[in-house]
Amino acid sequence: MSIVARIDRERGVAPATPVLRAEGVSKRYGTVTVLSDVTLDILPGEIHAIIGENGAGKSTFMRLLSGYIEPTEGTLAMAGHQVRFARPDQAQAAGIALVHQEILLADALTVTDNLFLGRELTKGGIVDDARMRLVAAAKLAELGCEVPATSLIRDISLADRQMVQIARALLDEHRVVIFDEPTAVLTGGEVERLLAIIFELKARGIAVLYISHRLDEVQRLADKVTVLRDGKMVGTHPGHTLSQIDMARLMVGRELNALYPQKQATRTSEPMLSVLNAVVPGFVQDVSFTVHKGEILGFAGMIGAGRTELFEGILGLRPGMATIELNGVPMRVHSQREAMDAGIGYLTEDRKGKGLLLQERLGPNLTLSALASFHPGLVLKRAREADALTRAVSSFDIRLKSLAAKAGQLSGGNQQKLLLAKVLLTAPSVVIIDEPTRGIDIANKAQIYGFIQDLVKQGKACIVISSEMQELVGICDRIIVMREGRISGEVSGETMTESNIALLATSERAQLAEGGTK
Amino acid sequence: MTALTQSTAPRSERRYQFSWADAGPFLALGALLVLGFLINQDFLSATNLSNVITRSAYVAIIAVGATFVISSGGLDLSVGSMVAFIAGITIMFMNVMAPTLGLWAIPAGMAIAVLAGLLCGLANGLIVTVGKIEPFIATLGTMGIFRALITYLTNGGTIPIDKSLREAYRPVYFGTLGGVPIPILISAVVAVLGAFVLYKTKYGRKCAAVGANEDVARYSGISVIKTRTIAYVIQGACVAIAAICYVPRLGAATVTTGQLWELQVITAVVIGGTALRGGKGRIWGTIAGAVILELIANLMVLSDFVSEYLVAAVQGVIIIIAMLVQRFSK
Repeated sequence: MSIVARIDRERGVAPATPVLRAEGVSKRYGTVTVLSDVTLDILPGEIHAIIGENGAGKSTFMRLLSGYIEPTEGTLAMAGHQVRFARPDQAQAAGIALVHQEILLADALTVTDNLFLGRELTKGGIVDDARMRLVAAAKLAELGCEVPATSLIRDISLADRQMVQIARALLDEHRVVIFDEPTAVLTGGEVERLLAIIFELKARGIAVLYISHRLDEVQRLADKVTVLRDGKMVGTHPGHTLSQIDMARLMVGRELNALYPQKQATRTSEPMLSVLNAVVPGFVQDVSFTVHKGEILGFAGMIGAGRTELFEGILGLRPGMATIELNGVPMRVHSQREAMDAGIGYLTEDRKGKGLLLQERLGPNLTLSALASFHPGLVLKRAREADALTRAVSSFDIRLKSLAAKAGQLSGGNQQKLLLAKVLLTAPSVVIIDEPTRGIDIANKAQIYGFIQDLVKQGKACIVISSEMQELVGICDRIIVMREGRISGEVSGETMTESNIALLATSERAQLAEGGTK
Repeated sequence: MTALTQSTAPRSERRYQFSWADAGPFLALGALLVLGFLINQDFLSATNLSNVITRSAYVAIIAVGATFVISSGGLDLSVGSMVAFIAGITIMFMNVMAPTLGLWAIPAGMAIAVLAGLLCGLANGLIVTVGKIEPFIATLGTMGIFRALITYLTNGGTIPIDKSLREAYRPVYFGTLGGVPIPILISAVVAVLGAFVLYKTKYGRKCAAVGANEDVARYSGISVIKTRTIAYVIQGACVAIAAICYVPRLGAATVTTGQLWELQVITAVVIGGTALRGGKGRIWGTIAGAVILELIANLMVLSDFVSEYLVAAVQGVIIIIAMLVQRFSK
């Protein structure tokens, strides 16, 4: 209240005084410069987006503004006064809140406990649970988040956890709120809710810094867009003057071909994989579908719609039941091994946690699913493995400093390419890719779309699960939409639009519009 | 997709890269030898060294198995009690068979020891994997069971081996082959086999993958249950081999046989550079670790600086220091 009042007063006196100013800030680690000479003004009531490819220095800049690291050179000033933050809590005390990209909540504690962690309300030295619950419930309601304040974090969905994290950052009044990729785990309606919250913050005179890979959100939100590339500032532009393709070009620093490859008529009517009456207890009820040879089939839906669970259930990665027909042969799959041997490859959405051994070198990672073909006898054929790695690196354009690098040292996009190469070593005829481009920069995205198209050109069938509707519309021949564990509809051709998908993903009985925003 | 470029020469992935972490145990071993020589000239004599390494053989053999268990993400606290239990039933079987089989009772007993080891390892493995019990708790339980069983079998005392077998069995511990004590040869063979399996075979890769990240292994089509259970079975086999070498040394199994060996074994593995959280196994480091432990104990005896009753305390300090080094060298 008081802070907002002060901001209003300050705005009245000098509307152009930046609430936060970074002047010539650089960050070096040893001889490596990760951020050099960035100057930025953030005005009250302004939404300022920071965009850039992975490794462009966005996160470093955010951590610098919020006190996690100190600049090697340059200064920060708040409302005209120079400030120094040695620790995050100092930045917080000065009114800067950071909403982290990763979910940093204690699983075993309640929503309320997490909101107040480290700043519990007390009455006479005793923790005042009742009052905290009331405040928490009010804050959550304000954000349109419907989880009870007494739920344990581990029992609520990923999207709700993100909302709790946002609520935690907004619990105190701040002058600057920094969002680092807040929508990475949110879908459709939740994104809308978050954008509304951000506009509300803006209306209250709070400055918002917004980092996102999703350029459509940036375009809708941002008053100003600052582009970083290789740790340097490319420039600050008024938001409304930039199209998405302009932003992408500025980020990459070169002309960008179309993000999505030209669609090709590789789809046949020959069924490759049919799934009948798939059931995954607690997640999926009675789902049936068929993917054809040469087809890219999309699976859309909100988080919690059961898309990942459906495929993990079919592939024996979690308990589930389904009748499967692969190339006309009925079969049952009890484990990931059987699925692979049958020719179904699956790329997990969690490439760091379930896809790759981050501490391990690239060769062992690449061959892990196909060990048998690298150990024809008793002994591992290292030369064959090195060969496969060299081939994968060149065919998938995996950028690395040395072939002896560890998987964890690759950027997200290159990890994803390595994971794709790993799954393809098992010679699948059906490739299922869960969130193919999550957290990946735009240049790598375009490449991955190209690889997916190459797969269907080779006569494989491909299933793409994604929360980015735009991407599904861009590459798929047909999209199945799931809602609450069931298929709520299917779009293709003329009806394949983002608005139709959003409709099917959210409402009971959707009337599809033809054409629309294509 | 770009065409497969076959011509690019692979930059060598196997180029030798010096790593302090990997060289650490061997450097420590070298430093210890120099230190020992400075303290007591007899330390480096062939007789003393051969004695020390011979004594380290049991721990080394068991620790090779423990390297598998630990790098697959498990832990086995029951090895010390298991040695005693297997030694006990091996002697009992040999004694029972001696009147009918004569000296053939010895190889027959050894076979039973190996079988018992495999079964004990399998039991540990299944409790941990199928029963989904924390390895620490599961093997703490079996540790108590094995110790109680040997106490019961010995009636609280000892089971001596039959006099008719003693002379024939002695060389397994006291004999030499080409001048090298037999226990050293056996542990060398076990280590070579272990290194082969861990570094050169499919199973070794799976073992490290399961230890590094169970989910990644599962999503890569590797059976976590099978891989981990096999690690415990390998551990059981190693314990059985150690028991076979141990029996002729004292000619008996007692209530205190193998007491605190789990401490020595895990210490040897950890100072050898194997990550206790799994994913990285170092067989030769483990062997160096086992020798280091015995060298330190030997130095304590030779030097009179510290009472030899404090050997286990020193080993406890070493494992803690090794863990601190692992933590802070990150």
